[in-house]
Amino acid sequence: MRCSNTAAVFLALALSAVGQQLPSPQPAPQPPVPRFVVIIDAAHGGDDTGAHLSSGQLEKAANLALSVRLRSLLTARGFQVITTRENDSFIELNRRAELANHANAAACISLHATESGSGVHLFASSLAPANPTRFMPWKTAQAAWETRSLALAGAINSALTHAGLTVTLGRVPLPGIESMTCPALAVELGPQRDADRKVTAEPDSPDYQAQVASALAAAVLEWRSDPNRTGARQP
Amino acid sequence: MIPRYQKVLFVILLIAALGMGIKLWQLRDRAHKRLLAGQTLAPTAAPIVAPAEQATLVVANDFDNSLVPQVHSLPLPADPGARARAVLGKLLDLYAAPESTHEIPGGAASVDQVFLLHARGAKSPGDQLAVVNLTGTFAASHPAGLETESLTVLSICATLRANLPSITQVHFLVDGVERPTLAGHADLTRTYLSSEATPVEGTTP
Repeated sequence: MRCSNTAAVFLALALSAVGQQLPSPQPAPQPPVPRFVVIIDAAHGGDDTGAHLSSGQLEKAANLALSVRLRSLLTARGFQVITTRENDSFIELNRRAELANHANAAACISLHATESGSGVHLFASSLAPANPTRFMPWKTAQAAWETRSLALAGAINSALTHAGLTVTLGRVPLPGIESMTCPALAVELGPQRDADRKVTAEPDSPDYQAQVASALAAAVLEWRSDPNRTGARQP
Repeated sequence: MIPRYQKVLFVILLIAALGMGIKLWQLRDRAHKRLLAGQTLAPTAAPIVAPAEQATLVVANDFDNSLVPQVHSLPLPADPGARARAVLGKLLDLYAAPESTHEIPGGAASVDQVFLLHARGAKSPGDQLAVVNLTGTFAASHPAGLETESLTVLSICATLRANLPSITQVHFLVDGVERPTLAGHADLTRTYLSSEATPVEGTTP
């Protein structure tokens, strides 16, 4: 009996000594925070000038200006932002889709500007929603993300309307976007008009662009916290 | 006394004047005959004017991104290809009019031709593919933008479907050749299904 008590004391002392030498226990490793990548695609560029705006500016320049504004706002909010172009260069549609697909983006926004219509035009692809497969045709890859693209359109529509902007929504064939494997939309800035359809702000007006960029950033923030939004690669 | 050489010269000039007079008379006579022959080639019967019929035109509105059907009365030929061209001509006339909700210059002359072919992969044997050949001037003067170009394409597809239900597919050419886009945005390389362009008032996703 005495022998066993002595052994227990020695064992306790030995354990306490080992415990003092070991470093303090590390907290359990946290799962890595999933990246939330946003792709901003300023449409046109280089020889592809896009529309001629009535202010004299070209659509490609107006798109790039809005892209820079939106990138700054999203970066300030902690998003990882990838832009398809940072200068006046021509990027093929397939290359833009490749950039978005390699980035495993959670939202892809293609920016356009026009002289026709009124307010902001939001377009999702007109592809019929389809179930994802291991290999998807390049030209219709967006079909598997169509439902989530429409959900993103809802979030952006809500933010733009909340900002007091006129919004029209539609689904049209969008060759560049239809190859993207991410929730993707085209946002086209039309002129702001009053009740008599008189233009009150051109699509390249800095104040108008700032208002739209701010609403888009708020929408992406909302989209990140949307419980229905699943991982970017799992449509 | 008149010198001999002057007499000879006078006779020569007289003969030349008479010869030229005769030649002139002959040329005049020939021209008159040619004119009469040309007149006989002119149509002797008045062209048949197609009777006016009701046609549904699906009209685009840039301000709310809508396609709204409107019924118009216009002369419609019996031949389906000519009929398709007539309804599209009327639709583009509406777009060229002042106060249009979807302004595009050009009018009816912008539709060069409409060819009707058997549709590829058709569900029923009567299904047709309409190949709409637009003029380069129309494409060059079309306002650029995703919304406006898409509305033009979709309103053409919907108008064809409303008046010629056998048309299930529509393909666009510009000056007889395929072109990537209408004015930088709307894809013209694909064949559109006319059922895609259902008229909607205030489209929503």
